[in-house]
Amino acid sequence: MILVWLILIPFIGGLLSWLVARWNVTAARWIALAAMFLQLALAVGIWITNWGAIKLAGRGPWLIDYRQPWLPQLGISLHFGLDGFSLLLILLTGVIGVWSILASWRGIQERVGFFHFNLLLTLTGITGLFLALDLFLFYFFWEVMLVPLFFLIDIWGHERRHMAAVKFFIYTQAGGLFLLLGILGLYFVSGKGSFDYFDLLGTPMSAVMAMWLMFCFFLAFAVKLPAFPLHPWLPDAHTQAPVAGSVDLAGLVLKVAAYGMIRFMIPLFPAASLHFAPVAMTLAVIGILYGAILAFAQTDLKRLVAYTSISHMGFVLLGIFAWNELALQGALIIIIAHGISTGALFILVGMISDRFKSRSLENMGGLWPLLPSVGGVWMFFAMASLGLPGLGGFIGEFLVLLGTFKVSVGFAAVASLGFIVSVIYSLWMVQKVFFGRPSHTEPVPGLTWYEWAMMASAIIITLWLGLYPQPFMDTAAGSLLNLLKGTARVSSLRSPVLGTDIETPRLRLLLVAKYHSRLRLIGSFGVCPQNPIIDSGFILRPYFGDSYRNSLATQVGTQSETGATLSPEFRCQSPKYSPALMLCPSTDNPEKRDHTIASLPPSPRRERLGVRGSRGGRP
Amino acid sequence: MTTPQILALLPLIILALTAIVVMLVSACCRNHRAVVILTLLGLITAFGSIAIAAQYAPIAVARLLVVDPFALLFTGILLLAGFFVTLFAYGYLEKHPGTPGEFYILLVLALLGAVTLVSAAHFASFFLGLEILSISLYALLAYLRTNPLNIEAGIKYLVLSSVSSAFLLFGMALVYAELGTMAFTEIAARTGGGHAIGVLTMAGLGLIIVGFGFKLALAPFYFWTPDVYQGAPAPATAFIATVSKGAVFALLLRFFLLLHVRQSMPLLVLFTVLAIASMFIGNLLALHQDNVKRLLAYSSIANMGYLLVAFLAGGPQAATAFTFFLIAYIVTILGAFGIVAIFSSARREADTLLDYRALAWRHPWLAGAFTVMLLSLAGIPLTAGFLGKFYLLLAGVQSHLWLLAIILVVNSAVSLYYYLRVIIAMYTHPREGHPEHATPHLTAMDAAALTVLTIALFWLGIYPGPLIRLIDAVVRGF
Repeated sequence: MILVWLILIPFIGGLLSWLVARWNVTAARWIALAAMFLQLALAVGIWITNWGAIKLAGRGPWLIDYRQPWLPQLGISLHFGLDGFSLLLILLTGVIGVWSILASWRGIQERVGFFHFNLLLTLTGITGLFLALDLFLFYFFWEVMLVPLFFLIDIWGHERRHMAAVKFFIYTQAGGLFLLLGILGLYFVSGKGSFDYFDLLGTPMSAVMAMWLMFCFFLAFAVKLPAFPLHPWLPDAHTQAPVAGSVDLAGLVLKVAAYGMIRFMIPLFPAASLHFAPVAMTLAVIGILYGAILAFAQTDLKRLVAYTSISHMGFVLLGIFAWNELALQGALIIIIAHGISTGALFILVGMISDRFKSRSLENMGGLWPLLPSVGGVWMFFAMASLGLPGLGGFIGEFLVLLGTFKVSVGFAAVASLGFIVSVIYSLWMVQKVFFGRPSHTEPVPGLTWYEWAMMASAIIITLWLGLYPQPFMDTAAGSLLNLLKGTARVSSLRSPVLGTDIETPRLRLLLVAKYHSRLRLIGSFGVCPQNPIIDSGFILRPYFGDSYRNSLATQVGTQSETGATLSPEFRCQSPKYSPALMLCPSTDNPEKRDHTIASLPPSPRRERLGVRGSRGGRP
Repeated sequence: MTTPQILALLPLIILALTAIVVMLVSACCRNHRAVVILTLLGLITAFGSIAIAAQYAPIAVARLLVVDPFALLFTGILLLAGFFVTLFAYGYLEKHPGTPGEFYILLVLALLGAVTLVSAAHFASFFLGLEILSISLYALLAYLRTNPLNIEAGIKYLVLSSVSSAFLLFGMALVYAELGTMAFTEIAARTGGGHAIGVLTMAGLGLIIVGFGFKLALAPFYFWTPDVYQGAPAPATAFIATVSKGAVFALLLRFFLLLHVRQSMPLLVLFTVLAIASMFIGNLLALHQDNVKRLLAYSSIANMGYLLVAFLAGGPQAATAFTFFLIAYIVTILGAFGIVAIFSSARREADTLLDYRALAWRHPWLAGAFTVMLLSLAGIPLTAGFLGKFYLLLAGVQSHLWLLAIILVVNSAVSLYYYLRVIIAMYTHPREGHPEHATPHLTAMDAAALTVLTIALFWLGIYPGPLIRLIDAVVRGF
């Protein structure tokens, strides 16, 4: 029931705010703020009370579950569920929600009640999206999120808001309709007459059908993420939206797509996603570089920040399709860190454009003496955006690259160029606005207390993510491992259409989590120098051989039995508790706690190189 | 005719009596309100008599009509639609000088024809019902006879409808020539359940489909639709968009399902082509419109195309999907045209976008209702239109009509653009441009009707369970 409250609180708050605004506008704002604070407090409360449960390995990832029938003739129920992964995203929703209300405190003066209604309705939709476990319900909230956001952009946006709002709506709705088509296709193929997530998992279907359905899902999520060719709505929507709208869009709406991919698309169609992964990762890498290069070319400050979102979401897409624990944890950290830092950047852009009445970089320069506080915070978040170690973005992008490296060196190599290009636009962003020849000389008002509060909270969270992300990773670890295990189980099935095993000569991604243990990130510097499991092949390296299949089968077998007997992928040479901050995996299996390369058990891949024929199943 | 048969025909009888009583009353006392109250009472009584008739259903009456649960369900839907049109017509006609009594007579007569259509089981009753409906519509559409646009709409509809009736008759004659019968069940039997359709019969069916296509405004028989929708008085447009189309579609469903249309490849191909053409033409031509009534006309062409997808789908969900979408569509269109009627004045109809500019800031409730109707047409959740489209997709995917499903999805996305244009116009700030706003004249009946329709829209969108159970029970025979 508490999950339903998480969804209802913003909705009721929005309605109340709309009604009260007729008499007292400030009261309406306070009501909206109170509603979002309440939701945030509720989410934090859930996090704290379930902290023990999260740490408990054997309990299973689902913390809270709620189910009521809605349209039983069609198999649609109100099924909400919370696990660690969605809990983190709900927390993000609460924080971004509070910020968006505070950010529009002075900015929005017209139809304040209706504005807050739309804002809170959007947040309701987003919360529902993160909690829904029934596919129809997911689609329902997807649409609920869409309409109020359209109104936010259309009514309170900037000069080209009509075009931006229509573009946003049509792109997203078209994607959503394909999502509906995919959901319906899955519903009928499964034949169980239910839209419930757990009923639809593991549906056997032909490879062709799976590919089509997965592609429908992918289209919808790719529009929202946005992935490279479907991104044109984003710059306009972000630029023309009011501050709260931009913060919501960047902070939450983009994450919904990533959540959808991780929770729904890949677990429902693991084999098809596997086959599609090269395409998706190519699009991701293109997005990373394209977004960054175009960001550098912008003269509109808000548009610049918008393009950086495309770039960061490219990293997320890369991490998702790499589909191992490292990459998924990285994607999750990027999601949270990007939501916080880009949200903060949009708020800062709002502050700057409010004070200087312009968003154009041509009209800015040398603003540091006038707004040193804003300059300092801006520089902080520019560093977060470019991935400075010690801040959240670095951890996320680094883990994504690490995870992708395990799967394909080529993609990881090209993607790491993203670090370089992001530096270019971030430093440009700072230099053009705050340094150089001063464009304005009259003093402008400084930051108000609540703007300081928002920035302070943003800085604290970003530093927390950068220096000690372990709590976040622990929270999500259970659910991510569960997802990984689920796909591994399914992907070991024979492909019925081809009649062969999945080891057909094409790109083979490792869907099986090589880690059973959790990653202990002691610090954020460096990496174990030896990473022997290097796929030194090229991008389209074929995998052959019975040895691999046997090893895979055994791996999956042992994994499903105990879930605890896989060997770690790589070891560190330095001891576990070295102050020279190293990335070290820890195992629960004492006999494997071994720190030398010489005693490294042969990995399946390494085994396979040059060894043909069956070899027995020891991983 | 036996007593059960008469009692089964009670809705028809009551409608006929209402028409006569209204005619007499409007002849003797020229009181608009009295006439309207009488009409409403008659419609309510007819709606209530469905309960009585339901006890005797299914029953065949004189080989011409069959009163089964399907017919009664659609009778109920059509009577409700007529009820709401009457409510909106009162406020509309109050603004126009002249004698408004005849409008209601024609409306009831047209309803009579429509109800005959949904119970028809024979070509004779089919044609009879269709002609009663059409002839009443000729006068309804040209009702404001001092307005040249009205007359133009009426004449266009008259000429084209007569031509299509001629096609229909020719088709019926061809079928009769080959098969020697005009009863639907007999036709189905003699064509071997749709497998052995001879050449003459096929030609006849083709011509009958032309007649259907005209009445339903499918492409390529749609050319009258935008002009008639624009020119006619708003309540009459509402009537033709809901009752006329609903009745003819119900008859189409009955006739072609009896004929097992899905067994016959030529017919399937024909209907598929009609569906695809309607969807595309309706949506693409609506993109350029800035006249709200024409926009709704083209959107109705597209919606009839969507409905054909459910018609073409077989499977258990198809008939339910069909009926539910039709109900959702009727509710939405009644609301939309009701708002147009509210904003129209004696001088001109409120049909250009300029009339709705910045509406949300001047009349928030009306604009909100219109927004909700448009969002329902676009297929946004929480509204009945979304569940209707969802059901259509469900039926289509279930029958593996992949091409049609994808085209439906693509067209829904395209249609967003013109619905959004109207919504954006309503939410524009008042100081932009020079709004030539139309002022609404809202009567109590208008307000009540609009409120009920909006609530029904949300109700059907959130909790359609009881209605779906009812429809399932009714269409189980199909």
